[in-house]
Amino acid sequence: MNTEAIKSIYSFEMARMRRTLLQSVISPVITTSLYFIVFGTAIGSRIESVEGVSYGSFITPGLIMLTLLTQCISNGSIGIYFPKFTGTIYEILSAPIAMTEILIGYVGAAASKGLIIGFIILLTASFFVDISIAHPFMMLVFMVLTAISFSLFGFIIGIWAKNFEQLNIVPMLVVPPLTFLGGSFYSIDMLPPFWQAVSHLNPVLYLVSGFRWSFYEIADVNPIVSLGMVCLFLVACLSLIGWMFKTGYRLRS
Amino acid sequence: MAPIVSVQNLTKTYGNGFQALKGVDLEIREGEILALLGPNGAGKTTLISIICGIVNPSAGQVLVSGHDVVRDFRQTRSLIGLVPQELTTDMFETVWNTVSFSRGVYGKKPNPQVIEQVLRDLSLWSKKDNMLRELSGGMKRRVLIAKALAHEPKILFLDEPTAGVDVNLRREMWQVVEKLRANGVTIILTTHYIEEAEEIADRVGVINGGKLLLIEEKNALMRKLGRKQLRLELAEPLATLPASLAAYDLALSDDGSALVHEYQGDEGQGSIASLLAMLAAEDIHFKDLSTRQSSLEDIFVALVAQQAGEQA
Repeated sequence: MNTEAIKSIYSFEMARMRRTLLQSVISPVITTSLYFIVFGTAIGSRIESVEGVSYGSFITPGLIMLTLLTQCISNGSIGIYFPKFTGTIYEILSAPIAMTEILIGYVGAAASKGLIIGFIILLTASFFVDISIAHPFMMLVFMVLTAISFSLFGFIIGIWAKNFEQLNIVPMLVVPPLTFLGGSFYSIDMLPPFWQAVSHLNPVLYLVSGFRWSFYEIADVNPIVSLGMVCLFLVACLSLIGWMFKTGYRLRS
Repeated sequence: MAPIVSVQNLTKTYGNGFQALKGVDLEIREGEILALLGPNGAGKTTLISIICGIVNPSAGQVLVSGHDVVRDFRQTRSLIGLVPQELTTDMFETVWNTVSFSRGVYGKKPNPQVIEQVLRDLSLWSKKDNMLRELSGGMKRRVLIAKALAHEPKILFLDEPTAGVDVNLRREMWQVVEKLRANGVTIILTTHYIEEAEEIADRVGVINGGKLLLIEEKNALMRKLGRKQLRLELAEPLATLPASLAAYDLALSDDGSALVHEYQGDEGQGSIASLLAMLAAEDIHFKDLSTRQSSLEDIFVALVAQQAGEQA
């Protein structure tokens, strides 16, 4: 195991986060604060409560998930895409380092960044609304598993993307609809039966629901099912990456 | 002594069907400077990329210090440093960080002394805290060399190192190369500038169309394939060549003022002495003489033209 290499890649990626502090940390915090002001305080003050929890508190887990997903996908994808784009990937490919070690370095850094921002948002939220965490350990499990899975997903996009448009298309066009329609801002019980059924096809629903359960013990689907879905997604991403590494897909011809 | 790099029947066909290498055999000796010459698209970069692990071979085998580059990639790649052809750098990193990063990904523990020495050797020390995007093209090239040397490799590949490099930097680079060679580092450089190979290499290989056309000691190659030309400026013009000189491969210049003798590099000694003796006997005097040896460039052009002729 080339631990020096993993350390180097990891700290190189984390250094980029420090260098772009404004873009990578402050901007998601500002965006989320705006959500709290608009949905939590302005509109939320007119909604009594959802399933016994104040609206502002209700949307907090969903907002954290929204940010966690977006951040992990974009960090995971840019981390591997950028060296491909500039050509510096030659160094990683010619170094005595296995593909799994490359993966640990990049995905580890992307997941760490996502988690850091997730916790900052949790902290920010606690200034706006009352937060109670019923199952702190399960909350952590959901966050870590989600961070790793979606950083892996980002890594896949980064290897697949041939240009910046492709790189941005998933985080910009696919993730927000899934998150908004995944019960971040409402309980799916509020939807007509048809849309409830459709929602169950949305993987993000399971994440948000399970994560919200770890806070308030209210859930749209059974938390065990949620956990299973996260693990399933993790395994799916790992298998796809395994295939990419084996064939050298868009990385090593 | 076993070769430090051994390439056996190496073939590479890319996904789009392009066959970049068509069965290359090559042995690189420890401690030598080998120049691989070839026009653009000859397969030089593909060959290097396979040895360094960036491209997978389609068939054949590459051994570095006895280890297979695919199976034992950790052993082989830690011995190798690569300076790529393109100026690819992390624009927003500092010189110090990017060179330290290189040492790290090659699995070596941080060692500021080594990094400092490498930067000083390449006259980069004063730029160590500069961001890469602030550097000129020549400076970026030095950074790429520094990155390749950060893990103290035994074998250094320089892929077209002097493309777009000014005279000063080029001289400095050769000084670094000489110093590395003195420390026992094996150096392989690709180039299409023939003077470069002529100036610095111990051996020269010529690649074209995915095949290694020849590999030879530079001096032997020049002797063997290089044609020499002796030109004698005559004191008085001659109308025709005397019959006694017909045995020699001689030509009279158009105005009759000079004699031109062409011969292979390794067969000249005897014939020239007897030619001069014959001229003296014929009472033909000359006021000046000059010789010209064909350069590697001529040899190279002739080889590539010959290969093109064979394929036609």
